[in-house]
Amino acid sequence: MKKLRKRIFLTAGYNTVSIGTGRKEFNPKKQMPGLEHYMKEAGQASIAAVGGAQHIDECVVGNFMSARFNKQAHLGAFMPMIDEGLRYKPAMSVEGACASGGLALLAGVRSVLAETADMVLVIGIEVQNSMKAIYGADVLAGAGWFHKRKEGHAYFFPGQFSNRAGAYFDKYGRDYARKGFARWYQNAIENARLCPTAQEFENKTEDLEKLALIEPNPSAFTDFLNVFDCSKVSDGASSIVVASEEGLKKARIPLSEAVEITGWGQAEEDITKEPDDLTRLSTMAESVKQALQSAGITINDLATIELHDCFTIAGILAMEAIGFAKQGEGARFVAEGHTSRNGKIPVNTTGGLIGWGHPTGATGVHMAVTIWEQLTGKAGKAQIKISHERPYGLSVNMGGDDKSLVALVYRKAE
Amino acid sequence: MKYNEKLSNVAVLGAAGKMGSGIVLLTAVEMANNCFAEGKSTDEVSLHAIDVSAPALGGLMKYLRSQILKNAEKITVQLRKWYATNPKLIENEDVINQYVNDVLSLVKPTTRIEAAYDAQLVFEAVSENPEVKVKLFSSINQNNPYNPWFLSNTSSIPINELDEKAGLNGNIIGFHFYNPPAVQKLMEIIPSKNTNQELFDFAEKLAKNLKKTIVFSNDMAGFIGNGFFMRDIIYAVSEVQKLSNQMSFIEALYVVDKVSRDFLIRPMGIFQLSDYVGIDVCLFIMKVMDERFSGETLQSQVLSGFMELGIKGGQFADGSQKDGIFKYTKGQITEIFDLEAKQYIDIKPVAESGDKFIGDMPPDWQPWKNIIKIRSREETLKQYFNGLKNMDTKGAKLAVSYAQKAGEIGKKLVNDGVAHSTDDVNTVMTTGFFHAYGPVNNYL
Repeated sequence: MKKLRKRIFLTAGYNTVSIGTGRKEFNPKKQMPGLEHYMKEAGQASIAAVGGAQHIDECVVGNFMSARFNKQAHLGAFMPMIDEGLRYKPAMSVEGACASGGLALLAGVRSVLAETADMVLVIGIEVQNSMKAIYGADVLAGAGWFHKRKEGHAYFFPGQFSNRAGAYFDKYGRDYARKGFARWYQNAIENARLCPTAQEFENKTEDLEKLALIEPNPSAFTDFLNVFDCSKVSDGASSIVVASEEGLKKARIPLSEAVEITGWGQAEEDITKEPDDLTRLSTMAESVKQALQSAGITINDLATIELHDCFTIAGILAMEAIGFAKQGEGARFVAEGHTSRNGKIPVNTTGGLIGWGHPTGATGVHMAVTIWEQLTGKAGKAQIKISHERPYGLSVNMGGDDKSLVALVYRKAE
Repeated sequence: MKYNEKLSNVAVLGAAGKMGSGIVLLTAVEMANNCFAEGKSTDEVSLHAIDVSAPALGGLMKYLRSQILKNAEKITVQLRKWYATNPKLIENEDVINQYVNDVLSLVKPTTRIEAAYDAQLVFEAVSENPEVKVKLFSSINQNNPYNPWFLSNTSSIPINELDEKAGLNGNIIGFHFYNPPAVQKLMEIIPSKNTNQELFDFAEKLAKNLKKTIVFSNDMAGFIGNGFFMRDIIYAVSEVQKLSNQMSFIEALYVVDKVSRDFLIRPMGIFQLSDYVGIDVCLFIMKVMDERFSGETLQSQVLSGFMELGIKGGQFADGSQKDGIFKYTKGQITEIFDLEAKQYIDIKPVAESGDKFIGDMPPDWQPWKNIIKIRSREETLKQYFNGLKNMDTKGAKLAVSYAQKAGEIGKKLVNDGVAHSTDDVNTVMTTGFFHAYGPVNNYL
């Protein structure tokens, strides 16, 4: 039962800056802003945009691992800190690894569908520069099955996706694949340079392709990926409001300020199982299929996609999973520029996880905010043209190694 | 295998000092890594960290813990392989902490020299005093049944002399780390005419495993590094004395220091460097060299004058700079010691009149920290020195003759038979002293 029984809208999106290496304000030796700071900044911005907390009926926080990164759980109870008007209102935190943000959005959607709320504030948040990357890798490894941690790589997830890259190399050729990786990285940085909140906004590297093609160093990192194939460690929050039509009316928000969620897909795979095929993201494919079907559209109707490129190889495999390229053709599709902002299908128009940043629990919400910005014409210098013939946006948020997937289809509200 | 056997029981003398602590760190890590590579427990090897000061040994252990931890965080990919068979070590943090404990557990701090009596290998990093070194070596050699090998960190005393006086029968080699040993890439290896070949091969292998840049020096007092540095100081002091006919002594000190740092594009001025090394250490080394180079006077009355007033420089255990000829705040020179008034005075007025005397900075000048980042910097330097040569200021003239003198000192080291080549001299100065270019060059 995928069809939405009620019209669901998103409005009042906001992204904080994605903070981490690459940003001038980032200095790990100094006390950096914590969870409270980012939740306040994002939450208060969205609340102000809907005219005050009186319009918000519920809150959902998407977060992955604050309990380890910041020794702080129980994030729902921070909502009244953001605004006193949220005191005694329902709030909760949801977790599904890097798909926590997408799941938080869906939790908000369900509340509106269930008619227990007309407006739900959804915040995604992660602050993970609280520890060195080598220890952060332990925390992030929690997105996999802990029984497999011992045999995993020091950098667990880069190790997992390096294995996928290795399998792709074996099947389709190393140089061929790495060309696609390099173009993916180049697109990510070039797009991030157009978005002031992006972690790579200030990246000045001239020859991005050359940088991206630096040989992997297995003794210090993974066998098949270098650090430019990976999203960075990021701190940040994103927020958006899920609303019913009544909710928008009550808050006097015109439809032109909103996007409508017209389709959704959510798929879960067994975390204790190895992937059937390392060169496929089959759970992602399933969730996207569900989302497109429920929206009643095909990929040809899409104007833009925000997808989960935690690693370049994930970006390539995602293009195959979504259906833009056949198996093994994803690297060519990307290398030929079809996913660039002027290509057939502009992907990750503000840099995605590699360029904009990947505050893990926030990412799913960040994707929704970016699509909302693009479809409502608020994307600033990163704005792409949205045609009437292809008015839809798609976001694909992944938790773990193709284990928890949330895909959403959006169009400008009318 | 001989290499690992020698590294199974090691003693470090002067272990808690600046040089000793670095030597302990590098050696302990090398010993531990050998154990892991062979699948042995680190309990099977020992490094006796011997120092006269018990509190300093406490500081050593803290230093080791923090440095081993930092190192472990960088080699975690390898550590996970080494600990793959231990099911209890799952996360990176588990593995890293275990490694830190394993390396630390092989280091046995002690104030007793007897701990060296069963060592296979003895590193020495005590004060630069031949009598002290000889006494320690001979007492260990007489009481140790294993004919241990001695690796001396002396930076000036001829190895053959230590060998003969302590009766070591060629079981000694100069193994001169630069400060701080854990960071500095340069390793000056000094075999004496009697150093046994096995020990020589071992020393070379160890230096390579520690990823050092090796320069072999001949066994003559001061070797290459201090052979250059001491003569450089003595030249600088003579320039100060000449200049002090035209200006106050402290202004002259300031001028020569500034010219040697900024105009010659070095990381530190010559007197700043003397403070860094320690005026007492410099005087010790000069004494050793002076007594052994019959045709040359290697003394400095000026430095002795500072020393007599208790102005010694050197560093605190945490690496921060002690007051010397200059006083420093956050690494910047803020005061200078006035030998006449016997007190520190503000550097600003001294600098103001000194800078007037020096004149403009040369065209195309860039500070050392910029130049050092340029990989192929030869053309940049050529252009710079060309500009310097054509300047008519007093600063530029001082700099030109200083640079020429530096070249002469470099060549002298080869002519005297200390260095094998001017390339070796240049390597020592660029690697061990972080100079942006070698003293023997064609820039002028």
